[in-house]
Amino acid sequence: MDSQGEPTMERAQQIEYLLRLADSPLVLAHRLSQWCGHGPVLEEDLALANISLDLLGQARLLYQHAAALAGGDASEDRYAYFRDVPEFGNFTMLELPNSGVASAGAGDPDYAFTIVRNAMYAAWQVELWQRLTDSSDAQLAAIAAKSLKEARYHLEHAADWMIRFGDGTDESHARAQRALDSLVPYASEWFVPDALDAEACAAGVGIDCAAIRSPWLERMHTIAGEATLRWPGDSEFCSTGKLGRHSEHLGYLLTEMQSVARAHPDAAW
Amino acid sequence: MSDPKSEWPLWEVFIRSKQGLEHKHCGSLHATDAQQALRMARDVYTRRQEGVSIWVVPSAAIAASAPESKDSYFEPMADKIYRHPTFYVLPDEVGHM
Repeated sequence: MDSQGEPTMERAQQIEYLLRLADSPLVLAHRLSQWCGHGPVLEEDLALANISLDLLGQARLLYQHAAALAGGDASEDRYAYFRDVPEFGNFTMLELPNSGVASAGAGDPDYAFTIVRNAMYAAWQVELWQRLTDSSDAQLAAIAAKSLKEARYHLEHAADWMIRFGDGTDESHARAQRALDSLVPYASEWFVPDALDAEACAAGVGIDCAAIRSPWLERMHTIAGEATLRWPGDSEFCSTGKLGRHSEHLGYLLTEMQSVARAHPDAAW
Repeated sequence: MSDPKSEWPLWEVFIRSKQGLEHKHCGSLHATDAQQALRMARDVYTRRQEGVSIWVVPSAAIAASAPESKDSYFEPMADKIYRHPTFYVLPDEVGHM
């Protein structure tokens, strides 16, 4: 990177910020991959696999960029497969099991839960990537430009289903409402900056995460309104996934996701 | 739970692989309406950059020739090779023909 484009951010901090950005799409990609072969219809099975692979691709580009900055033996695989729960900075919402919050991971996967989560996260990603196309980190800006197109499609897909569910049968409406009620509190942490967010924002590398709350809410209110769903009231709850303090579900997820790489370290494929 | 497949109508999917070429039939899928059929066609049939444009048509809207009329419909053409433009040399510039 040339001196003009050099962000005024400590390299270690910049890497941490990139890893935080990467961990969320990786973890949601894994959750969506768990639908593979279990989708409600073949067409949706493929759609979710596509979205999962898009998210995996975003995570890979961010890990590769972080690894290039870190140098040494850093690599995308080391980041994805050889870090443990406290080192992951993904949002807590994305690690929740597909069966929903109340199921404690034991219930059947709930498509309404997956769809509402995807809609909320895609709407957040659209705001994120739009702004990051202006990042002072040129590589991050390029990743954002590519990812923005994907996020727009993910939002279209999920919003379409969310409206169909909400405005559908009594059963689909109830499930969509239950998903929305349980998921909205988990979005709080997306908009509460910590020291790293503030530093990234000040350096022009990252975004002002508090500032995207209002456009995100506006977008979600529109979708929920069309879906005849009631937007839940504010809650005091704020999850702490991006700080590395996770729900009990991430450990199980990582154990499964990392098992092959850890059983065969340094295997090449 | 009832099988949703039995409730969703069938759509035929046509993909144009690049500008200037015609849309080609590539398969079918189940969807509740045209917009959803388009989205699903995108996910099912253009995953490997197969297309720049998609048409979907309700399968019920297609009138098809009957298999049993194959003899009367198509066999009479078998001995009329003069209807094929194989007696001309096509200039390269013509491209797709």
